Amino acid sequence: MRRRDFITTSGALVVSFSLGLHRWAEANDPPQELPGSLRDTPYLDAWIRIDGGGEVTVFTGKAELGQGIETALAQIAADELDVALERIRMVTADTGRTPNEGYTAGSMSIQRSGTALRYAAAETRAILLGLASERLGRPAEELEVDDGHIRSGGAEVTYWELVGEQTLHRRSTGSVAPKDPARLLHVGRPVQRLDLPAKVFGEESFVQDLRLPGMLHGRVVRPPGYGSRLESVETARTEKLPGVVKVVREGSFLAVLADREDQAVSAADRLSRDAHWSGSVALPRDGQLAELLRELPSTRFVVSEQGDPESTRELAAVSIQAEYSRPFIAHASIGPSCAVAVVRDGQWTIWTHSQGVYPLRDALAGVLGLPPGKLRVIHVDGAGCYGHNGADDAACDAALLARAMPGRPVRVHWSREDEFAWEPFGPAMSFRLHASLDAKGRIASWGHELWSPPQSFRPSARRSTLLGGRHAASVSVTGAAPGSWGSGGADRNSIPPYRLGQHRIVAHMVSDLPVRVSALRGLGAFGNVFAIESFMDELAHATGQDPFAFRLHHLEDGRARTVLETVARRSGWKGDERSSSGRGHGVAFARYKNAATYCAVVAEVSVESGTGKVRVDRAWAAVDAGRIVNPDGLRNQIEGGMVQASSWTIEEAVRFSSDRISSIDWSGYPILTFESAPNVEIELIDRPSEPSLGAGEAAQGPMGAAIANAVFAATGVRVRDLPISPGRLRGRWIDSGEPERAEKRPKSD
Amino acid sequence: MSVTLTVNRKRIRLELDPATPLLYVLRNDLALNGPKFGCGMGQCGACTVLVDWQPVLSCVIPVSDVSEHEVITLEGLGTREAPHPLQLAFIEEQAMQCGYCVNGVLLTAASLLHTNPEPSEVEIRRALSDRLCRCGAHGRMVRAVQRAAAEQRPSRVAKR
Repeated sequence: MRRRDFITTSGALVVSFSLGLHRWAEANDPPQELPGSLRDTPYLDAWIRIDGGGEVTVFTGKAELGQGIETALAQIAADELDVALERIRMVTADTGRTPNEGYTAGSMSIQRSGTALRYAAAETRAILLGLASERLGRPAEELEVDDGHIRSGGAEVTYWELVGEQTLHRRSTGSVAPKDPARLLHVGRPVQRLDLPAKVFGEESFVQDLRLPGMLHGRVVRPPGYGSRLESVETARTEKLPGVVKVVREGSFLAVLADREDQAVSAADRLSRDAHWSGSVALPRDGQLAELLRELPSTRFVVSEQGDPESTRELAAVSIQAEYSRPFIAHASIGPSCAVAVVRDGQWTIWTHSQGVYPLRDALAGVLGLPPGKLRVIHVDGAGCYGHNGADDAACDAALLARAMPGRPVRVHWSREDEFAWEPFGPAMSFRLHASLDAKGRIASWGHELWSPPQSFRPSARRSTLLGGRHAASVSVTGAAPGSWGSGGADRNSIPPYRLGQHRIVAHMVSDLPVRVSALRGLGAFGNVFAIESFMDELAHATGQDPFAFRLHHLEDGRARTVLETVARRSGWKGDERSSSGRGHGVAFARYKNAATYCAVVAEVSVESGTGKVRVDRAWAAVDAGRIVNPDGLRNQIEGGMVQASSWTIEEAVRFSSDRISSIDWSGYPILTFESAPNVEIELIDRPSEPSLGAGEAAQGPMGAAIANAVFAATGVRVRDLPISPGRLRGRWIDSGEPERAEKRPKSD
Repeated sequence: MSVTLTVNRKRIRLELDPATPLLYVLRNDLALNGPKFGCGMGQCGACTVLVDWQPVLSCVIPVSDVSEHEVITLEGLGTREAPHPLQLAFIEEQAMQCGYCVNGVLLTAASLLHTNPEPSEVEIRRALSDRLCRCGAHGRMVRAVQRAAAEQRPSRVAKR
């Protein structure tokens, strides 16, 4: 069941089966609306295969990123098939073997792949029961299944005796209903992750652990900055170093191949000192991100509009405006990006921790000038990525170096400095919110404007954003025009879940940003929810209302109200307890994407008087993710999301010098540690009869805002620009002083 | 040049530059997976090994520095057949997400329990303060260390 087979499948064999056929079938047969990813990959044997020896193989196009998806999907399949969990072997994201499910991103895996597997497994079981009924001469309703053994009276036959080569090679009808949730054995239980033992015992688990015979170690010498071009390089000294096999130069792409990894590291260092670069791009100065975003060219689009929020301002009892921002945030994976590639007989195999093996394959084909069918891209676990980090770029580096040494596998492992300097950062954003409240303290109008670059520049067939390809072609790696990229999710969660009256929500999509950016966990949701939920707190305080009660007054969705009420009870919320004591609680709520998991958070912080250092002491969350597949997996995702968001909120910002990234190691980009990470408590609200909802990105927005609101409760200082670093509080927090308020507009304004 | 060292209770002689960082020798010459490359500058702890039961950052220490000492990696701490209590506890508590940092956290905790079998939560967090985790599994890992400590306690064994 463990995925130990990436070594044994290291040949360049490209297996094709029904994946290629369904497109032809669809051309003749108009597609029906099949559930989940069955819509794109309808053949049952693309998802499930049973061999004569009794092994059940389950295929998914989704990748294990440390979120436990492999285990959750195995639970779903085991339940619908009626086989033991141990009988299932999972095969994940591999363009040679699995369905194309795009990226493993956006908290969609349970909804898309999980739904496909639920229906495919239910139909597979029904087909096999039909065959068993014929074989045993008993009606299907009288048959019982236990771990693939079908029994009736004394007669027995197994799935693997019944299944033939073509049995499951048929289109799913989507018409076999999955089981009643009450009858599920594995779903809803805290099943242990399948991949953990190997990781605890130091067995091969990660792409970093992949060792192929004859493998060379490659290191890329990156330019000093985004705008730099390689003018010249003296290679002689590098080539004389021990173990050096080759120096590779293509445009501004410069790298060295060596027998040993440490030799490659030393050689890249030598080569770097012998390379001459020209050109640079000016980078934003600290503290001026919001101004930069508003000055750059942008296109405006209306996310949501109802009435004219400006018109009610004059009639309002209270009218308030405030501006917020979040900086560039690094994915900052603990393991730098890594990949292995080999080209043999014109066939390419690339092992990668990319979130999207199919889109990466197509982008690589473009860079290499090959038809995609010549490439097989296989996902192997990497360190947690939290979005689009350097994984795809490392795969491109390995492919470019494999091309320079046909027949030899090449492994590329980025340095820590390169990971911090070249990963695409989670984009900075700026927000301006205004609201008017009526005499009863209810929201009468709401305005929300955001400025952001597009939030996702993942590589695909249409556009390669791969770093190595861009350096090889000497093309800029930053500043893509937004029109062609859409919002990339910058507007995610920009519509508040509250009753707003008249409202207008506008996104300004910024172009020509001089910084390389792409998807970070939650996309725009983290910044939007931070701004909205901070602002809700400001509105409550400005009108003398409890922030928790104020939210409930504006919420109609019962499930939203339940998570808020639950977290209030769990955390012992005692009403608005604003003080300047240095300790405080804050609450925040969001439903991720306004359509996925509901999450309400209460954070407790203490702020050190002298230094202004914020410490998140504890936090509580209440979570409704519909039907829970694996409660411990869900808990782990929410806990991790809360701790990571604490780090984003109080510690993290990418730093720049005039033309370089200056935060290129862990001292320049500190994150929360074991001593500063909060203890978190989570209450899950299971709803077995509701669809499962994505949860991996549900906690970050509420956590960030809950911390900001708690800091206000603790100090009376409203910090509207992240991170809430000591510098933002120092000098502003005066004990027992009057709390700061958002800019309150007099009616005559 | 040759270097002799003891890794996971085996004496090994290798022909290589004695200044080579221990990490590359363990990963590439001995094909061990436990120690991970994380930063190469002794900041994150992913490369931790035990040298005479003390946590050492293998990415910044030359291999020749440990030739007279006993090196233990995650593989040498325990196996599926003979697991260390911490390895079992990390599975029981599902104490990770991606698992890349687990090597450094688990070995550092093993060193702590070796000298302090009943650490408080504060002591555990302090011992692990230089081990970075990005997934936010800190609380689970602390619980796993507490669980392993409890399992190791003689009183618990006696009760069984």
